[in-house]
Amino acid sequence: MQTLPYLKETASQTAGPYVHIGCVPNVCGITGVYPDDLGQVMRTDQAKGPHITVTGCVWDGTGTPLRDAMIEVWQADANGVYPGNDPRGPADPGVSGFGRFAGDPETGEWTFDTVKPGRVPMPDGGLQAPHVTVWIVARGINIGLHTRMYFADEEEANAEDPILARIEHKNRIPTLMAVPQDGGYRFDIRLQGDNETVFFDV
Amino acid sequence: MSDGPLFSRERTWHPPAFTPGYKTSVTRAPSRALVSFPPTLSEETGPVFDHDVLGPLDNDLLHNFAAPGESAIGQRIIVHGRVLDETGRGVPNALVEFWQANAGGRYRHKKEGYLAPLDPNFGGCGRTITSEDGSYHFRTVKPGPYPWPNGGNDWRPAHIHFSVFGASFAQRLITQMYFEGDPLIWRCPIVATIPSREAVEQLIAPLDMNATIPMDSRAYKFDIVLRGRRATLFENRPEGT
Repeated sequence: MQTLPYLKETASQTAGPYVHIGCVPNVCGITGVYPDDLGQVMRTDQAKGPHITVTGCVWDGTGTPLRDAMIEVWQADANGVYPGNDPRGPADPGVSGFGRFAGDPETGEWTFDTVKPGRVPMPDGGLQAPHVTVWIVARGINIGLHTRMYFADEEEANAEDPILARIEHKNRIPTLMAVPQDGGYRFDIRLQGDNETVFFDV
Repeated sequence: MSDGPLFSRERTWHPPAFTPGYKTSVTRAPSRALVSFPPTLSEETGPVFDHDVLGPLDNDLLHNFAAPGESAIGQRIIVHGRVLDETGRGVPNALVEFWQANAGGRYRHKKEGYLAPLDPNFGGCGRTITSEDGSYHFRTVKPGPYPWPNGGNDWRPAHIHFSVFGASFAQRLITQMYFEGDPLIWRCPIVATIPSREAVEQLIAPLDMNATIPMDSRAYKFDIVLRGRRATLFENRPEGT
């Protein structure tokens, strides 16, 4: 039999407790190497759409906050177009789409300012509900965890979302909802146990 | 973004989430199954980083934190290789970031308490963007092993952490590079989270004497493989659209 020519993907390893050195060095006190850390600013003041602030934290299976986690987020602009390499064309120049945030070293909380994303189409023409793709790495996480943050105040769109519709256990869907609070949103990620966040294999 | 959907990730090749020999994974591993869905635009797009984010010393850890005229202490090495996808194609314009301890195994991080000293001329971070054929290179010092509180006497092998962006967010990968011949590799609980010896071997960079600079630096070669994409042979579209 012939052999298939494919290579194997490089195996993942944990980002470890010092991921900040490589990914957000200025945040961890290594200054003067890069002028800015990538992903700290996700929108300009001119960016179109509702400007929002999201605050959250990552929790382990004992209910303890992860103080060494790093999250990355990826989202569309207010019209549902992705910056950079979306085949449909350019996005709002005021939106980067990409954010990267370390938890506070004492509380584990992170906050980011962005715009509320628009709805993104499916290949068959259906529409996804507004969402932000979230990727979590940390000490003790062997391969980055993918999840999505939806918005609890988008009930109509959420009811039509084809990805949420794939989740068999409907009582788990609220784990993906950012909840409105004081002019912004709160999004907690629970790695394990009660109200465990839904993670995806994409 | 280029044509075709992504290959599915072979989850049995990667480390599983729950690996009790690596103790921190016990409370940080999801207990429920991952939910699968075919990637959408949200997963098939990803951030694009322009070469103009790079400073001239970003891929030179010997000098990017050093005082003028000085350089980091340790074994001078070059690390080079290519970022490929599973079809063997080079991945151009991929942002590759790396971080590591100094020659004595000490990280420059507030939460690190190892008694080996900091090197005042070594920061430990670098980055680069792959060229058109997917190749990259940087120079640094070879990191030292360091002890960590897992078992009673666990030591990490010498390693460099890598973070890689492909063209799509679903290709995102963080991994670690190890060095040929290090006896600590096969004793390490983090390495042992990987199920097969074959997958571990892919993380071990061989000494590459052909790429050394005589009287200056030795070299190690480390290729990184990201998820591939299917060619678009037949699209599964509803009739009439």
